[in-house]
Amino acid sequence: MLRGIIIALLSIAVAGTGYWGYQEHREKNAILINAENTYQRAFHDLTFQMDLLHDKIGTSLAMNSRTSLSPALAEVWRITSEAQSDVGQLPLTLLPFNKTEELLTNIGEFTYRTAVRDLDKNPLSDQEYKTLESLYKQSGDIKRDLRQVQHLVLKNNLRWMDVEMALATGKEAADNTIIDGLKTVEKTVEGFAENDFGPAAFGMKKNNNGFKYLKGNQITKEHAVTMLKKTVPNIKETEIRVTKNGKGSENSFFSVNMTSKVNGSEATMDITKKGGYPIWFIFSREMGKQKLSLNEAEKKALAFLRENKFEDIELLDSVQYDTAGTFTYVGNKEGVRIYPDTLKVKVGLDNGGIIGFSGEDYLKSHHQRASFEPGIQESEALTKVNPNVAIKEKRLAVMLNKLGEEVLCYEFTGTLGKDTYRIFINANNGEEEQVDRMDNIEANF
Amino acid sequence: MKRIRLRCKTLLLIAMLAVVPIAMIEQPTEAFSNQVIQRGAVGEDVIELQSRLQYLGYYKGKVDGVFGWGTYWALRNFQEKFGLPVDGLAGAKTKQKLVKASKYNRSTATKKTKSPQTKVTAANVPNGYSKNDIQLMANAVHGEARGEPYIGQVAVAAVIINRVENASFPNSISGVIFEPGAFTAVADGQIWLTPNETSKKAVVDALNGWDPTGDALYYFNPATATSKWIWSRPQIKRIGKHIFCE
Repeated sequence: MLRGIIIALLSIAVAGTGYWGYQEHREKNAILINAENTYQRAFHDLTFQMDLLHDKIGTSLAMNSRTSLSPALAEVWRITSEAQSDVGQLPLTLLPFNKTEELLTNIGEFTYRTAVRDLDKNPLSDQEYKTLESLYKQSGDIKRDLRQVQHLVLKNNLRWMDVEMALATGKEAADNTIIDGLKTVEKTVEGFAENDFGPAAFGMKKNNNGFKYLKGNQITKEHAVTMLKKTVPNIKETEIRVTKNGKGSENSFFSVNMTSKVNGSEATMDITKKGGYPIWFIFSREMGKQKLSLNEAEKKALAFLRENKFEDIELLDSVQYDTAGTFTYVGNKEGVRIYPDTLKVKVGLDNGGIIGFSGEDYLKSHHQRASFEPGIQESEALTKVNPNVAIKEKRLAVMLNKLGEEVLCYEFTGTLGKDTYRIFINANNGEEEQVDRMDNIEANF
Repeated sequence: MKRIRLRCKTLLLIAMLAVVPIAMIEQPTEAFSNQVIQRGAVGEDVIELQSRLQYLGYYKGKVDGVFGWGTYWALRNFQEKFGLPVDGLAGAKTKQKLVKASKYNRSTATKKTKSPQTKVTAANVPNGYSKNDIQLMANAVHGEARGEPYIGQVAVAAVIINRVENASFPNSISGVIFEPGAFTAVADGQIWLTPNETSKKAVVDALNGWDPTGDALYYFNPATATSKWIWSRPQIKRIGKHIFCE
């Protein structure tokens, strides 16, 4: 009797477990398929976009009329952005797939620049036409390679989830056609000689020229430590560590760290070896109640900058976040604002101590600039501004344009409706370089 | 007759009793504190400033307690009309003129203005980013580096921003964070832990331009990294447990 009951219970338990396991299995499979489908869609979409890209570049090459060339280039630009978004959805971060994405960015920037240009006045140069031709060839190569991978994926029923597993475990799977195929794509792109995208290639790289303008003698470790101590005089019972930059860094600096054994406050400052300028500094500590106004704190910020030999600057903006004030300074030479020479200082509104500093931009770009001579009159530049904007302030300013070059501009600050805008008109050719909407307040939800 | 007089007296007394507290309330018991208020400030003084400017018809925006551009232009217009130096700073003289020209009372502000405002209802955010961007990044930073020192958290946020700006990565914050395989915290779901205030502060610092990493694009924990490839990247520096590379 008892045996019969136990057997019955056990078999029910076994059946139940089996059923539960089956359910779990099904759920897991459903999720896997879902994830797999997302990857598949991104990949097939990418091949389709590359197809389209090749096609469109080809069409634009054959176009003769300048008026139809602009829309065609704009179309290419749109497709590169879609293709980039597809690449971003594939599990490729651990693979060196960067080159392909870079190529897409470059095609995008090149076509954008040429598409927005007035091609009637300023038609494609021979050089640019050649660039377009080589882009046509390259996108064709990538398209072919991707098609090959796509063919194998479809033929052998390959799954992206396996690629991810292979990447995660670091093991080379027996059949990793996808990885091999994509590596081929990447190699193809790498094989392309540095494309000549014309005189002004992509902006981001230009900016990165290190601290070449720095002046002064090499400083010692001890000097670096004194600098930090002077900035945070109140930190108690600290442990001090000084490290040098790693080998991959473009600039040489000391990194000084002070950690309090009492309350865990921690201050870190990177200081250039040459000249001993602070690159950035963060002091993380418990914040008290606000006692200082933003205005009083600004004086502390300015004193700190003066002490560290940052000169020819003016306050651009002040912002309060909780009990900390952040102040942005820009360079100023002969009344001209120098936007590339940006400095930021953060002051605690509880005791007025400096709790943050960031001067990398300033250190990289500040140098003796020649006198500024605008090529056009202010009144002429003003005619280029939207007449609906009520202009409140005018001045000259040096800013970085979309290509990362310094240009002299007339800066107009004005309002349109409830919004405030900063409008930059090139002081030599009257082009509208940039329009910024000043918006940095958001209502609490 | 006597009765009527008595009644009149009581009425007068009641009326006086009623008037006294009202009169007391209407006196500006509280006004601006001593600070010079400038653009970017947040707090009760800014609410008062905005309310007074609104009363005079210079300020047309919301009374939210954050001194933004709208308040700035309103204040400058006021200074111009009242013959004050136009500097956009609410200093002693400007405040004095404002108090004379307008009515405002902190303790009764809720009852009198149409839009009841005594609390700060907005906050400054780095230009071009929303609070939700900050929240999403804080989630990622918290999931990736919550045990790290503060600068380690700023550093992780800075890497996200460096990637957004780099040609080899997606062009949006969400694109970078959710790129498959980019962050372990996204892969194992730790990104959905509730971030603390520290990680939010770290994100705001990074968005404001603090980059402790020296333009790093990658970082890894040498104790747990499985990929061989990551070791081949040129290393910039080590912060906490993470090594940052180009």
